[in-house]
Amino acid sequence: MGKKKNVQPPPPSTSTLPELTADGEGNVVGEGPVVVEEAKKEGVKPLEVLYCQGELRYPIDVGCDDDLVIVCSFPPEFCEFGSSLTRCKAWLHEEHPDLFDKYYSEDALVEKTALLSTEAATKLEKDTAKKEAKAEAKARAEEERKKEAKVIVKRIERNKRKYVTSISGLEAFGIDLKKAAKLFAQKFATGASVTKTVTGGEEIVVQGDVSDEIVDMFEEANESSKESALKGVPEDNIEVVEEKKKKGGD
Amino acid sequence: MFKKFSAADASGQSILKSSVQRSIRATLLSQMNWDAETLELVWPKKEALVLVKCRDHISIYTVQGEPLFFQHFDGPFFPTLRLLQKYPSLLPKVQVDRGAIRFLLAGAHMMCPGFTSKGGWLPDADAAIPKEKAVAIFAEGKDHPCGVGLTKLSSEEIKSVNKGVGVEIVTYLGDDLWSLKKL
Ligand SMILES: [Zn+2]
Repeated sequence: MGKKKNVQPPPPSTSTLPELTADGEGNVVGEGPVVVEEAKKEGVKPLEVLYCQGELRYPIDVGCDDDLVIVCSFPPEFCEFGSSLTRCKAWLHEEHPDLFDKYYSEDALVEKTALLSTEAATKLEKDTAKKEAKAEAKARAEEERKKEAKVIVKRIERNKRKYVTSISGLEAFGIDLKKAAKLFAQKFATGASVTKTVTGGEEIVVQGDVSDEIVDMFEEANESSKESALKGVPEDNIEVVEEKKKKGGD
Repeated sequence: MFKKFSAADASGQSILKSSVQRSIRATLLSQMNWDAETLELVWPKKEALVLVKCRDHISIYTVQGEPLFFQHFDGPFFPTLRLLQKYPSLLPKVQVDRGAIRFLLAGAHMMCPGFTSKGGWLPDADAAIPKEKAVAIFAEGKDHPCGVGLTKLSSEEIKSVNKGVGVEIVTYLGDDLWSLKKL
């Protein structure tokens, strides 16, 4: 027997699962394909899709930092069917002038209208204008509603020197109540629950008298650039009230 | 399917058993046009597939919170439109004419004439698409697909019948699944 194999081939892998621990290279999570033994092929990379950031924005001057913004999010070639075409065009012109020319130059428009009868083309234009007007009106109404809406932070006396604090009216500002309650519970290391109110809304009830701190938390969330579930309630829209125990009255 | 939809319609999330994940992986490879390596880029094996059960027997499958696939009852798997735009050849292509786009983006199902008119497109008979099959919906003059559909007639029938609904739209550009980037 002259020939002797010194090197044994590695046993065929029984599983296609990548070995996570064997790799001494310190694999970074989500980096590139995990190549399976026998097929050293690489996967097809995804196409890069550009999403339009054109937006309807309604800044208002009531001390609200959080403008109402609706971002288009369509690939730019579809903005003409969205509800913010004017802003989309402005955005594209600014950010991707080459694409702007591609989609909105004279030639592009001529080519597009050639695809439709003139009648249909006018109808489409009218529709787009109508849609835009509708979206703007909706955004404005929403903004009005926000301006009027109030968040009530209420200090409620439960027993002698025992308080809970309720926060109601948050829905109008698009606050996720569960997330907000969690933040309060963390901050005050206490219980915070979301409950239904008699009027059909929902409120957060936090153990203890923490109304001032809560107002501060809303303020901080607005000032900070970090994401927060408490972002979006302007200071002026928060009202602090007190509910005494009936007997104790003043 | 996702015209009026919100995260509130999701009734619960669960990480699928690894045996189930394996069989889903195989199904995805057989139902869509890609290889294991490409699927691996989209859904790495070390990431768990999470099933989000929603109203009306809709199941959304997410990886790291990002919706990638969905399914109605135990019908075919559909890629989300965001995924399809990244991999436009995942599903067989059909195309509607420009006039149909605004109806599509309003959530309407697509009628046969939209595919058979000058701006529409269907594969030739030798590459015909059977009915009840997931398709990528492209539109005249546009590069990206703008909807995912389920054929109600085969592509040859769409040509010959040429009236009524040819393809049902399961998700489209701007619907609530499109807006839902994380779940
Ligand atoms: Zn846009």
